[in-house]
Amino acid sequence: MNTIFEDSVPGRGAHIVEGDPEAVGKTIPESLRRSAPADLPQCSELDVVRHFTRLSRRNFSVDANFYPLGSCTMKYNPKFAEHVASLPGFLGLHPHLAELPGFGAWVQGALSCLFDTERYLCEITGMDAFTLQPMAGANGEFTGVSLMAAYHRSLGRRRTIMLIPDSAHGTNPASAALAGFDVLDVPSEGGLVDPEAVARILSERGEDVAGLMMTCPNTLGLMETHLPAIVEELRKADALLYYDGANMNAILGKMRVGDAGFDVVHLNLHKTFGTPHGGGGPGSGPVGVTARLAPLLPGPRVVKGNDGVYALEEIPGSIGPVAPFHGSFGVILKALAYIMRLGGEGLVRVAEYATLNANYLKKRLETVLDVPYGDLCAHEFVASAPEGLHALDIAKALLDRGIHAPTIYFPLIVKECLMAEPTETESKQTLDEYVDALADIVDRAGKDPAFLPAAPTTLPVSRPDETTAARHLRLTLDMA
Amino acid sequence: MPFIPHTPEEVREMLAVVKVRAIGDLFAPIPEALRAKPLDLPQGMTEDAVCARFEELAAPPGRLTSFLGAGYYAHVIPKAVDALAGRSEFVTSYTPYQAECSQGTLQAIFEYQTAVCRLFGMDCANASVYDGGTALFEAAMMALRATRRSRIIVDECVNPQWRRMLATYTAGLDVELRTVPHAQGRCDVNALAEVIDEKCAAVLVQQPTFFGTIEDYEALFAKAHDKGALGVVSVYPVLQAVLKTPGETGADIAVAEGQSLGLPLSFGGPYLGIMTCRKALVRQLPGRIVGRTEDREGRPAYVLTLQAREQHIRRAKATSNICSNQALCALRALIHLSLLGPKGLAAAAARSMELARSVAEWATALPGVKRHNDAPFGNEVALKFPIPARTVVEMAAAHGVVPGYPVGDRYPGLEDVLLVACTEANTDKDVERLVRTLANILGGRS
Repeated sequence: MNTIFEDSVPGRGAHIVEGDPEAVGKTIPESLRRSAPADLPQCSELDVVRHFTRLSRRNFSVDANFYPLGSCTMKYNPKFAEHVASLPGFLGLHPHLAELPGFGAWVQGALSCLFDTERYLCEITGMDAFTLQPMAGANGEFTGVSLMAAYHRSLGRRRTIMLIPDSAHGTNPASAALAGFDVLDVPSEGGLVDPEAVARILSERGEDVAGLMMTCPNTLGLMETHLPAIVEELRKADALLYYDGANMNAILGKMRVGDAGFDVVHLNLHKTFGTPHGGGGPGSGPVGVTARLAPLLPGPRVVKGNDGVYALEEIPGSIGPVAPFHGSFGVILKALAYIMRLGGEGLVRVAEYATLNANYLKKRLETVLDVPYGDLCAHEFVASAPEGLHALDIAKALLDRGIHAPTIYFPLIVKECLMAEPTETESKQTLDEYVDALADIVDRAGKDPAFLPAAPTTLPVSRPDETTAARHLRLTLDMA
Repeated sequence: MPFIPHTPEEVREMLAVVKVRAIGDLFAPIPEALRAKPLDLPQGMTEDAVCARFEELAAPPGRLTSFLGAGYYAHVIPKAVDALAGRSEFVTSYTPYQAECSQGTLQAIFEYQTAVCRLFGMDCANASVYDGGTALFEAAMMALRATRRSRIIVDECVNPQWRRMLATYTAGLDVELRTVPHAQGRCDVNALAEVIDEKCAAVLVQQPTFFGTIEDYEALFAKAHDKGALGVVSVYPVLQAVLKTPGETGADIAVAEGQSLGLPLSFGGPYLGIMTCRKALVRQLPGRIVGRTEDREGRPAYVLTLQAREQHIRRAKATSNICSNQALCALRALIHLSLLGPKGLAAAAARSMELARSVAEWATALPGVKRHNDAPFGNEVALKFPIPARTVVEMAAAHGVVPGYPVGDRYPGLEDVLLVACTEANTDKDVERLVRTLANILGGRS
């Protein structure tokens, strides 16, 4: 398929904005002007509409395909939430308006949405305060670990080590490193964080350890049942416990991380609270903390006066802003609408049916794949490709059947890993189809060794040559 | 149950397969002491009721004529941008790890990378980061890694909020940020050049500056190169249709807040961090990058490339922790650029600048109003008032006019300076209304 640049015809245009570009010459000296016009597409409106409509048809999407992507929570994204975030009164609102005297009335609605979202997230997680600034999960992680560093600094000590289980997402160590920490791996025991291993590290390096980053249930889909013992060890060393919210969908209304002893949590609104992934963003990664860390949160925060009027208030001891304003406001609106639609009972049902779906799928797949861990799983589980087959090949064969691949080769500690998270919005029929598809793929692979390596064969392209892509970089049309 | 399809019969069948009696039994692994009480949240609402509530909250109390910018601008957004970027094949897809079923998103990002490189006159781009502030931070990190130095020199005319973010993001790192003061709302290019030495990794400037002035950075970047440092500039993408490109100026890294390319203001986000650089720095780029290659049949195919830099492979040694890009926002920017084309974007820039010039002319005819300096400016002009700018803003509110941004909030000493921004979405009538309002405010006081 052509690029939009190849469809361009010199002199053509959509004529949406008219004006005289030469007028610039009156104010800007030639030495500050560009020498030639930017070589952007020159297309009619219909050219552009056809091009991007055709491009859209070269994509899988939740609206058309099942995405059993482990740790990604690819649930259905309700349409009413899109409506809410596209209300013109919100879209046209300039963020600086909230700082200007005399314009309070124009921002009351928007500020109340931020205020309510913070309040609801506090109740859902059991934390005392939230910042909505982080613009994605990884951005939330960075904010969270920065808060941990600032907490120790506020007590006049420098703690340089962050503990991270070997089953953790790669983002955890990357975020900790970006905030200046040295990362120390904590080995798993039977798929769980081993409290004795934590105790051992703390007894040796306790004075240097800022905290531990945990995902719970973890990336193997297992509840960290030793959590109370781990919390106790960390408390003794005055180290903090961080909750990676990637798997929050599993425990909504079932366990509150604040009650369980976590000090910092980041949530992914684009996972747990039904906002769309957008092909890789925008997301939103709010961070919650307990009272002792609240004075360090990025500011300003939204406060509600006794007169019911919302306003912004700086936080004097803050680590500073991590976003230009209040984070991904448009995404936050969708999540708030989702929470209001479901209410407390609806959120608990999310965790219940996500967990039911995962356990049903796991049981049914035990005859098809190697399912190594545990009896019951949480909202996701890991499996290994049958002996002699590769997870990547199975993933590609699933694409041919209109099913997005599960997460593959993660967690790193599982061989030929296929990690599936069906979410609560998928029906039993869809799960059964997935099992049948996998069973058929494994069966055909056994009969025909050429079948799997050839997949996919029904999509716009077959497997791209990734080695050439990295060796002979072509990141734009103009790179030779 | 909203968004849960299970019938009671299906639940029974599924529980039988799992071999538990009730759904609650699936949560047995949660230690008893940690189980939650019922959440204290309002009862669920119907879709209709939720929408009605938000429609009420979004409804503005009146009409505003706005000249507020300060880094974020209300340009015209073609309706086709919403229609196309709103297609659920784009909206509800995942990060394009599985290339074969993500060619739509991947090709769009490749085209976006091409478009922003051509607009900025640079060689390479990544698939975008969160916003203009994080783009500036990631550019600083690229320079620190590339030069193995630890000092970053920042012009005080760079957006003050982005400078604050830079401080937050580098607080835990061995980085020295040195800010060079502005000279009456202009970039002090000579003072910046003077402090660049062999310890400096990069010099960070903005075009136009936060105050709207257009500066010549060519000599500054040449000095940086002499000392082995990099030149980093944050630009305003719409004005790049007419202004000398970062590439022509000698910048090594050019970043931008991409909001002005088809993204609504939306009270602060989501926005778009554009990142481009010279080819020599490509392996220092953070986050997602799309490359063009071929599939087994030799057809053009697009993939995420250079993944060995990224967190899911390198973990603690990754170039950044970023996992996503602002894919949908980058798509909007690309569609916007495709609809406007080179002429439309230049027309938007020219019209915005023309209106700002008109504001400056009319306003400086009012008693006591002067331009803050005489530098060339783009679509935003700094005006000095005989009364505090916050007072001007507060009094204009009563007239339904947002006259601009009072810079004294972020620049102590400049409490009498108001930053007035125009876009092609403003009309001549809007400008008349602004000038009338200002005349009214100033006349009423004298």
